[in-house]
Amino acid sequence: MTTQLTGPSQFHGTEPVLSLRDVTKVYRNGSLEVAALRGVTLDVQPGEYVAVMGPSGSGKSTLMHIIGCLDVPSAGTYRLAGEDVSSMSENDLADVRNRSIGFVFQQFNLLASMTAWSNVALPLAYAGVSRAQRRERAEASLGRVGLADRVGHRPGELSGGQQQRVAMARALVTEPALILADEPTGNLDSTSTADVLDLLDELHDAGRTVVLITHEHDVAGRAGRVVRLRDGLVTDDSPAGARARSGVRS
Amino acid sequence: MTWLDTLRTALEAMRTHRMRSALTVLGILIGIAAVILTVGLGIGAQQQVTAQVEALGTNLLIISPGSTTSTTGLRGGFGSASTLTQADAQALASPVVAPDIAAVAPSTSSSQSLVVGSSNWTTTVAGTTPSWLSVRARTLSSGVFLSNADQASAASVVVLGATTATELFGSTDVVGQSVTIAGTPFTVIGVLAPSGSSASSSSSTSNDDTAVIPLSTAQQRVSSGTSRTSVQTVYVQARSQAALSSAYQEANSELLALHGITNSAAADFTITNQASLVTTAASVSKTLTVLLAGVAAISLLVGGIGVMNIMLVSVTERIREIGLRKALGARPALIRRQFLIEASLLGLVGGFLGAAVGIAGAKILPSLISNPVALSMPAIFGSITVALVIGLVFGVYPASRAAQLAPIDALRSE
Repeated sequence: MTTQLTGPSQFHGTEPVLSLRDVTKVYRNGSLEVAALRGVTLDVQPGEYVAVMGPSGSGKSTLMHIIGCLDVPSAGTYRLAGEDVSSMSENDLADVRNRSIGFVFQQFNLLASMTAWSNVALPLAYAGVSRAQRRERAEASLGRVGLADRVGHRPGELSGGQQQRVAMARALVTEPALILADEPTGNLDSTSTADVLDLLDELHDAGRTVVLITHEHDVAGRAGRVVRLRDGLVTDDSPAGARARSGVRS
Repeated sequence: MTWLDTLRTALEAMRTHRMRSALTVLGILIGIAAVILTVGLGIGAQQQVTAQVEALGTNLLIISPGSTTSTTGLRGGFGSASTLTQADAQALASPVVAPDIAAVAPSTSSSQSLVVGSSNWTTTVAGTTPSWLSVRARTLSSGVFLSNADQASAASVVVLGATTATELFGSTDVVGQSVTIAGTPFTVIGVLAPSGSSASSSSSTSNDDTAVIPLSTAQQRVSSGTSRTSVQTVYVQARSQAALSSAYQEANSELLALHGITNSAAADFTITNQASLVTTAASVSKTLTVLLAGVAAISLLVGGIGVMNIMLVSVTERIREIGLRKALGARPALIRRQFLIEASLLGLVGGFLGAAVGIAGAKILPSLISNPVALSMPAIFGSITVALVIGLVFGVYPASRAAQLAPIDALRSE
């Protein structure tokens, strides 16, 4: 694990950050089988900014869970940062999540009883980093998202946009290979949305790999590439061209 | 994440849910305090009984007359016969017949009214011999005890118990005063020191509320009927604790021979010793202790179920937190450890507070119910350990539930 905060990802070169091959996911509900993913193949190269779009029920949440190593595919292979994670044990998956993925959730998912820096430092605690170092790195990460003056605040004392930025600082703090954002602007007003999207742009510009799950076209328009899902299959995978500048940024 | 980090997280969670944690701790607290108090009460009662029996005298055998059987076959109660005589006592005192017997004190007692001027006091008047003082392990606070000369001349002298002296004269400084017993004036020659056991016990009250006169005087001037020739009780002191059982054998065979009884099952007397008294009394208080401790243990169990209940609620309520921690890289074992530590902390805090309440109760309770409460260190540390174990055991199931939660289910729930 690197200790740099803003350096480019170490996965430059030919190997994709994430690589899905014919991934399917079948949920069993009693005798009923529901196929949420029916063979998804997807590569994301280092430094890419990919938006995954699709209507509800299209399988994008399931895809997000599999990309995030929160769930394993029923069939097919998934390689994250060069590691085959499709048949890993629960402990190994936990380690991979800790090491390689920075999550940003729609609900922020900060622990209300803990200060901003403790929230940011949580993944470092699970990585076995010493307490003094945790604080130092958490503060640096909070500085990176522009919240250096909110280090000791609790989530309840922060606005929604600030809370989401704390969550982004938490996602960045372990220097993961992939930032995985699941509807990160779903609970935010337009100003905060712009803040968060600008921050994602900055991270992308700094060379980070970002996968963004959204159903909003404006948000997806920021990404360099848009993957559309429908009924568990990729229906469209195209460069979004120039970043859309309309709507969100007024 | 180190153990210290996990401990900090658990403390944080307890602080966040103060009320809930306090109520859970209360359940354990009551159980632990109850265990410490009931065990303390039981041990206190045992110590009291032991002290009372020891106050009777050391290495003591007590010989009582057996029951009478009338010609119609009707048996009288224990001690109703008057088969023991002063001659029996003298025979047992012989070092040739009974080498393991150190001293013998025949005794007869009756309830008499003691009169001083216009005041009177009814108490137990014991007629006995000079060896009574050493056999019963008593001491004098002032004056002298009965002498052989008093015994030989049936002198009208009396030694008063401390309580009796105070009741009659208002003080214990009464040597030389006169007391009228059964119409005969007696001179007070000594006062017994209060017996050692606790002042609240009823038995020591009667130990201190007594009047001792020579056996010969009692037989001639105070008692009437059969008591003139017989004695009610013979106290026998063995040379040592080890000689107690041989002293028992010697007294038994000598009395059987003296009374002409060949079948020992038909003996017209009973010999009891301290050990058997202690055993009987201790078994009673032990039964009581076990019963009370059982009730206390059940309350501890209920406290433990309370811990489990609260931890299950906690797991359900913090399902998102658990999901988040897992998403951020917490292994299942770590989640289990976090909840286990939280549960054992609840138990441990309850244990320490319960021990504190139990100790405080042990200090306060004796003044309210006049029963001694003995604090036993094994019980205190044992119950703190039990509290910790209860937290741990009843935390296992909730912690495993937390550890097994799938991160997506936990994150999804709202």
